[in-house]
Amino acid sequence: MGGTSSKLPKDLLSEYQELTFLTKQEILMAHKIFSELQDRENGPYSSRVSMEKVLTLPELKSNPFRKRICHVFSTSDMKDGSLSFEDFLDLLSAFSDSATLEIKSHYAFRIFDFDDDGTLDARDLEKLVNSLTGETDDTRLTAEEMRQLISNILEESDIDKDGTVNLSEFQHVISRSPDFVSSFKIVL
Amino acid sequence: ESAEEDKKTKGRGAKKPAAGKRGKAAASEDGEDEDEDDEPPKGRRAANKKKAAQADEEDSDDDIPQRRCAGNRRRGKVRESGRDGENEKSGRKSRKGGNKKKDGKGKGKDKENDKDSDKDEKKKKNSSGDDSKSDEEEESMSEGEMAKLMEEVEEKKKLIANIRNKPWRMRRRLKVLKEAQQFVDKFEGALGKGKGRKLYAYKVMMMKKWIKFQRDFENFRTSCIPWERKIKEVESHFGSSVASYFIFLRWMYGMNLVLFSLTFGLVVIPEVLMGLPYGSIPRKTVPRDEQATAMDYSVLMDFNGYCKYSVLFYGYYNNQRTIGLLKFRLPLSYLLVGIGTFGYSLMVVIRTMAKNADVGGGDGEDNEFTFAWKMFTSWDYLIGNAETADNKYASITTSFKESIVDEQENQKDENIHLRRFLRVLANFLITCTLGGSGYLIYFVVKRSQEFANMDNLSWYEKNELEIIMSLLGLVGPMLFETIAELEEYHPRIALKWQLGRIFALFLGNLYTFLLALFDEVNSKLEEEDSIKNASIWFVKEYYANYSANNPNDTGTPPPIDPADIIRGPCWETTVGIEFVKLTISDIQVTYLTILIGDFLRALIVRFLNYCWCWDLEAGWPSYGEFDISGNVLGLVFNQGMIWMGAFYAPGLLGINVLRLLTSMYYQCWAVMACNVPHERVFKASKSNNFYMGLLLLILFLSLLPVVYTIMSLPPSFDCGPFSGKERMFDVIMETIDLDLPAFMGTLFGYVANPGLIIPAVLLMVLAIYYLNSVSEAYKNANMELKKKMQMARDEEKNRRNNKDSTNQVMKDLEDLLPNRAHAPPENRAEKKHDQGGKSPKVKPGTAGGGVHLQKDVSLASANPSARGPVTRAPGPRGPGPLPGQPGPGRGQGPPPRRQ
Repeated sequence: MGGTSSKLPKDLLSEYQELTFLTKQEILMAHKIFSELQDRENGPYSSRVSMEKVLTLPELKSNPFRKRICHVFSTSDMKDGSLSFEDFLDLLSAFSDSATLEIKSHYAFRIFDFDDDGTLDARDLEKLVNSLTGETDDTRLTAEEMRQLISNILEESDIDKDGTVNLSEFQHVISRSPDFVSSFKIVL
Repeated sequence: ESAEEDKKTKGRGAKKPAAGKRGKAAASEDGEDEDEDDEPPKGRRAANKKKAAQADEEDSDDDIPQRRCAGNRRRGKVRESGRDGENEKSGRKSRKGGNKKKDGKGKGKDKENDKDSDKDEKKKKNSSGDDSKSDEEEESMSEGEMAKLMEEVEEKKKLIANIRNKPWRMRRRLKVLKEAQQFVDKFEGALGKGKGRKLYAYKVMMMKKWIKFQRDFENFRTSCIPWERKIKEVESHFGSSVASYFIFLRWMYGMNLVLFSLTFGLVVIPEVLMGLPYGSIPRKTVPRDEQATAMDYSVLMDFNGYCKYSVLFYGYYNNQRTIGLLKFRLPLSYLLVGIGTFGYSLMVVIRTMAKNADVGGGDGEDNEFTFAWKMFTSWDYLIGNAETADNKYASITTSFKESIVDEQENQKDENIHLRRFLRVLANFLITCTLGGSGYLIYFVVKRSQEFANMDNLSWYEKNELEIIMSLLGLVGPMLFETIAELEEYHPRIALKWQLGRIFALFLGNLYTFLLALFDEVNSKLEEEDSIKNASIWFVKEYYANYSANNPNDTGTPPPIDPADIIRGPCWETTVGIEFVKLTISDIQVTYLTILIGDFLRALIVRFLNYCWCWDLEAGWPSYGEFDISGNVLGLVFNQGMIWMGAFYAPGLLGINVLRLLTSMYYQCWAVMACNVPHERVFKASKSNNFYMGLLLLILFLSLLPVVYTIMSLPPSFDCGPFSGKERMFDVIMETIDLDLPAFMGTLFGYVANPGLIIPAVLLMVLAIYYLNSVSEAYKNANMELKKKMQMARDEEKNRRNNKDSTNQVMKDLEDLLPNRAHAPPENRAEKKHDQGGKSPKVKPGTAGGGVHLQKDVSLASANPSARGPVTRAPGPRGPGPLPGQPGPGRGQGPPPRRQ
């Protein structure tokens, strides 16, 4: 099931179409790009592409969550964020145009959940804000602003008041947002 | 068998809560579950135990949040299956499917591989027994079992259809899919016996073929969408907002292509192929006195000469009822295409709007989640360019800071009087500008009518009107922007105002132009009568002269050269020419603006920067930004002119298609080459429908004058497909009388009878009223639910703040319940709202301890506390999950958290 041969078998292709939100062309395109990434991989040939290589894709290059995205979609046992082709398809499917809000919000949650503990707590939110405001000092928020911001966010979205935002709260918030679906998109 | 049946129901009853308990959200499911099976809580508890025992392995190779969201997944399924219900025949069934899907899946798995002790399987272990049995007994299936099997197969199919909606790993989905497919393949054949069997198999096969065809068609369709890569490139450089303009442009191009093929296929090409050739009749010939200049270069600019007497304009078409061997009814087709253009555009615009509104989902109006949205949805994942990303960072930071400041001092009113005064002043100035521009256009149109009677005009005098209108369109928005500085609105509000003002400017200009044009048309109509008489008189005179000069010739006199006949002014062609000229000059101005305003500026900034006193790139001129709203409005107004002019100048659509095609490439190039990303990156999201709304408004406004002319102005006597008729629509009456059988005529007579039309109109009004009130009621219900939610939230807040104030019953209950804080009623209430309050079981927010009591109890039992150790004595829930939770394994709830 590696799917890494130079050409995708036909039945696998149709199964991928069934399983993802991607069209045939997109899957083939993804396969092409993935093979290219694999070829550039130095060292022994493997069915996975390391995170560093994946991050060279222009689509991910300037995304502040690029590492998180890789980690979330990776099935690697080493937790190194490397992607197999199927992981790669998973990624593209979740970010595709036709994916549902359900799926998108699920993965968005996992991406924002920096410590992988299943909830967004204050530290996750802080990291999130820092990713969003960029690395430079002049765009960064002050500690006071950060505290205020996080407490505001929790006030709004933490419905059960346990100090964290869990998935259902997150999805509740997200589902009302007018532009989440249109901006949570990556197209190859 | 009854025993088996019993076992089965028990098993299912036990399973369901087990699944239900996997997440908080599932609480809402409970109501539905209870409707179906009134299982005693015993079953639940048993399930708890079982589930807990398995829970550990279940998610061992799954990720943590997955299990937390299981309930959500289920909820999603319910929603999805509800959606399916619309497509498929039985909505009721599919809703049930939402609850049962899991069971079906589990069963199927058991059947196929008992060896596979995989995660999915375990939760349904108890069902494996009867399933394998049913496997064996396949031969002797009773009716009931058949039905059950059929249902299972249906569920499998639904699972296959929805599998992509599950946030699982690919491998897991692949496995589930394969198993489900195998199951379906295996048992589908078993269904239906004897005669029915073949039919069923056939149906199944056709269904498969159909699905495959659909998928292929979908693939084909997406591959046909042009400019995908171009737009994507723009998207990654400038974010989704700039790209939304190009998507809009592409959409517009598609619509115009359809309009173009309609007009050309049904009007222009038949006329070219089958109509009389050029020079055969007066309307198709350049008059004698114009022939000298008919080939001048200026014809390309002012559309006189050969252009005017070509297939591009209304006047060229003949009023022959049928043309060619095919007896093509050109006049009828001309009218119908004219109406069809509007009909098609209306339909497409409204459909797109409805679709956008559907996708838009929630209402972005309420400010419930300002911060959360800014946080969770502000990043545009399409951005793939470092510079844009930097801008985005900056804009996000500013928006964070802004909203924090807003929150801190919700209102800072320094000199409110001054601001008010400035705003009034600004609006006054803008009204003056609008009025001035309207007057200017009126004045210019009047003057151009005077010019029309004069000879040897300069180029400027000939094209004054178009130049003035384009300049106004160029200068007006800039002026407005300058004036708007006075107002100091928030940028987003300022943008709205700006758009509204530009819209008013364009619209005012267009309508003044139209009014002036109507003036002209009316004067031409008056003129026409005398010309008509002169023309008839001329022909008579000619024949009289001929017979007088050649008394011996008894045959027919040679026909007059069509170029010599006196003609009417043909106001339709005049109107058409005006619109074409307007469109052309609009194209020129737009393209020149881009060339000068963007390209030249970019060149200067880029290359003069080497030898300049200050940094041009960072300082004053800098590079241009892409003006989304201005461009979109320009496009919309251009389309309005096309709609208005297309009836009188069929060639206009061709010009427009060319324009859109070139501007796609041109603007794409310009934006990539000379523009920099916006400093404040706006998001496209909602504005899409805003633009569509503008388009609809323009469509309606351009519909009015055209319909007015068709219905109430008499067509010219010597040009166009309707010449010689009282009104243009007489052509329909003619067709009914001559071509359709007699009874159709009488039928139409009845239909057109006021006695029938008035009731029909009444009926429509009633329907509109009814639908309106229904939607109003829905809106109210929505508001009510929202209010309740808010109330429940406030209540909870109060309770946390001062616990003593709540009544004794609640306090007792709280002491009994474990993890009180972890299982708040709101969550549940929220979920209920999400589902549209399907079940009346729980009414969130209804005051009174009783309700809360019930809520809490059911919640607690439905939520086996996936979080950490329970500190208090277990309440009514019993020892359910506790023994089964051997320490916090990975995926077993979060590690102990700070509270």
